[in-house]
Amino acid sequence: MQTSTLVLVLLILAAVAYRAGRMRSLALVGGLKGASKLHSRPGYYGLLTALWCAIPALLVLGLWHAFDGRIVTDLVIGGMSAEVQALTPDQLSLVLNDVRNLVAGAIPAEMASPEARAAAARYVELQSLSGLAAAALCLSLALAAGAFVWLRISPSLRARNNVETIVRVALIGCSTIAIFTTIGIVISVLFESIRFFRQVPVTEFLFGLQWSPQMAIRADQVGSSGAFGAVPLFTGTLLIAGIAMLVAVPVGLFAAIYLAEYARRRVRAVIKPMLEVLAGIPTVVYGFFAALVVGPLLRETGESLGLAVASESALAAGLVMGIMIIPFVSSLADDMITAVPQSMRDGSYGLGATQSETIRRVVFPAALPGIVGGVLLAISRAIGETMIVVMAAGLGANLTANPLEAVTTVTTQIVTLLVGDQEFDSPKTLAAFALGLVLFLATLSLNIIALQVVRRYREQYE
Amino acid sequence: MNDPALNPAAAENRAQRTRRLVEQSLRRRYRAERRFRAYGIMAVALGLCFVGFLFSSIISTGWTVFQQSYLRLDVSYAADVIDPDGSGDLETIGNADYSGLIKAAMRKQFPDVEGRGNLRDLYRLASDGGQFDLRERVLRDPDLVGKSETLWVLADDRVDLYMKGRIDRELGEDVRGLTDQELGWIDRLVADDRLEKRFNRSFFSNGDSREPEQAGVWGAVVGTFLTLALTLLLSFPIGVAAAVYLEEFAAKNRATDFIEVNINNLAAVPSIVFGLLGLAVFIQLFGLPRSAPLVGGLVLTLMTLPTIIIASRAALKGVPPSIREAALGMGASEVQTVMHHVLPLAMPGMLTGAIIGMARALGESAPLLMIGMVAFIVDIPHGFTDPATVLPVQVYLWADSPERAFLERTSGAILVLLGFLLIMNATAVILRQKFERRW
Repeated sequence: MQTSTLVLVLLILAAVAYRAGRMRSLALVGGLKGASKLHSRPGYYGLLTALWCAIPALLVLGLWHAFDGRIVTDLVIGGMSAEVQALTPDQLSLVLNDVRNLVAGAIPAEMASPEARAAAARYVELQSLSGLAAAALCLSLALAAGAFVWLRISPSLRARNNVETIVRVALIGCSTIAIFTTIGIVISVLFESIRFFRQVPVTEFLFGLQWSPQMAIRADQVGSSGAFGAVPLFTGTLLIAGIAMLVAVPVGLFAAIYLAEYARRRVRAVIKPMLEVLAGIPTVVYGFFAALVVGPLLRETGESLGLAVASESALAAGLVMGIMIIPFVSSLADDMITAVPQSMRDGSYGLGATQSETIRRVVFPAALPGIVGGVLLAISRAIGETMIVVMAAGLGANLTANPLEAVTTVTTQIVTLLVGDQEFDSPKTLAAFALGLVLFLATLSLNIIALQVVRRYREQYE
Repeated sequence: MNDPALNPAAAENRAQRTRRLVEQSLRRRYRAERRFRAYGIMAVALGLCFVGFLFSSIISTGWTVFQQSYLRLDVSYAADVIDPDGSGDLETIGNADYSGLIKAAMRKQFPDVEGRGNLRDLYRLASDGGQFDLRERVLRDPDLVGKSETLWVLADDRVDLYMKGRIDRELGEDVRGLTDQELGWIDRLVADDRLEKRFNRSFFSNGDSREPEQAGVWGAVVGTFLTLALTLLLSFPIGVAAAVYLEEFAAKNRATDFIEVNINNLAAVPSIVFGLLGLAVFIQLFGLPRSAPLVGGLVLTLMTLPTIIIASRAALKGVPPSIREAALGMGASEVQTVMHHVLPLAMPGMLTGAIIGMARALGESAPLLMIGMVAFIVDIPHGFTDPATVLPVQVYLWADSPERAFLERTSGAILVLLGFLLIMNATAVILRQKFERRW
């Protein structure tokens, strides 16, 4: 039976269970007139029956699906000849792919070996068996659990409280997903990184100056030794993020100061959303803009000035990234500036200070911690930004501080190492996870510091 | 001695001096004031310039994508080519050589062209894609076999670029990509009203293609729709449930603090890290298919959850406590209070948050690159496990293509993407204005 039909049948069963539970509760007390003798309103009895009917069955179905593919393939392999079982995992996956293609009809049956055909037949058989077993198990579970509760319905059953407990548990479950996501990120990145560091020492990765992650297929090939020194990537990332901050911080800060302190209410209401449009534009659009508009423009300007500007210069990527971050800096700074109490400004005006003096000497220092927090968040965003650098920055690792040359970044390398089909245990792909770990840790610590600073600052004035 | 009461003259003197000093410095200070204000105006102007420059450069390269050059050809559906045995068998008709028909029509248009090389150049004025149109027409109406009709056939991308004025005919032959002879043919076609720009249907109905004139966004739009539908379906209920728990039920203790710290951090984790998670967990561990909207939706769900939770909590905070107290006072249980009273009142705010989260997910491409949604996919996806791509990734793919005609397609796809974003954000704003209640 198809999973979707099964789910549908389960939902219909749950609806039936709702009716049945409700009817039974009413029947026990002699119809609607006696409803006041029930502990809970009749609907709750129905709901309790329906939940018991659907939830265990759906859980079992989910678990079944998580594991049945693996079990079926294991059984298929187990049924094949000893030679096949002796193959390495890579070759085995090729054989399995053949079998799956055969099942899907992607390759005609005449082309396959008899063994593959037999395996395919077995695969189909096991799959349908598994489907039938899942259906039988889930349906009987649904019926059994539903019937169990249905039989227990009595006027004194605390149906509402039971339903509410289930609801609470579900709510708690949903709110813990954030924790599981974090754990998932840490585990997935950490494990692959540990596997990487077994092949390449941590010190070489963190302090090496050479980055050329291609591993040779044969040992005697030219450039066969891949080098995994990530320093050029770190400097490239910092260079581009630095250029971005040089654009975003002054522009964003002054825009925020002007809009918060000088601009009239009407002007502010028009201009602020217009600037925030920049925050809503997808990063891939910025990447396009950097690679095909700003990059060539800079190169032409450089040529006319007699400067050699690489077509994928760090400057182009950094500039555009800076534009992207302007609204981020300006809206955070705006928040922080408007949170400074008016009394502080009034005090300064009372001493005869001009508006700009008040802003520079009173408002800005008071808002500084918050602004620093905002800038830290902006840096973390610049470091983690991917599409702009993938499209507009170079691929070659280049240890330089010259913004006119092409540099590569951590995120660019992650993308280039992982896009396309790849085997999962070569140092090349594992290196991407190690880079991901560095990225995650760097942004995490920046975020924690920034959030701490911002929170402490907010508490000061609120 | 400094006491002004004892020495009024000295005090007078001092006051005058101070006054003079202040007046002297006042000019400088006012100048500084004006300068400071000018910096602010410059920053705002610069920001607005960036917005203007960005949009004008994208619109100026992209707006022409809504039109495409078509050739008007007299195609004759020769029976001996399409259905030689006259059996009317749909399979035979489907396998016929339709590009030959277009070639024949081109030959008829230019009877004076001779020589294989010249003919090949001539044929290249029409796009490869035209044959599929013909095939579809004949399959839909097999009675056409043996007749002829005049119809508009897709032109080649170079012809299209020329028609849109993006190829300068003053340039040398090798630079502009069209020979003088080809330009001559184009001029004749234009003079005969047989070559013109019409509404670009194929851009909105085709999937991706290696040929710019045939490439369309429909495949990516469907992929985006599937991915986002799954994201919304998962992230909205889960996000609302998490927000309700944290805001309404959770006790203030370490566990809830930990959850909150987690949510705030996840909101700031780079999106590419979620891609790594998706690759390692969903694809490697669970064995879900690559390039599928299923995995894309799951990854984007994890990514947008923090946004939705934070927005939903803000919406719940906005419901005044008096509502809860009234419900509890009437004997409702805590769960009833939340489900029957607080949640409906907070719903507009939550929906606004969800739309904003969806708009972010719509523009996201980095994590989807990790899970293989960058494959070259021609077919329109039909389900959650079919290989698919999404609009932003399509933009990325086209931006990487060397053909000049793809530049226009890329900008066109960006315009479509921005159009969707505009609709979503406008909906959010309208929703907020219409339903937001101040208590």
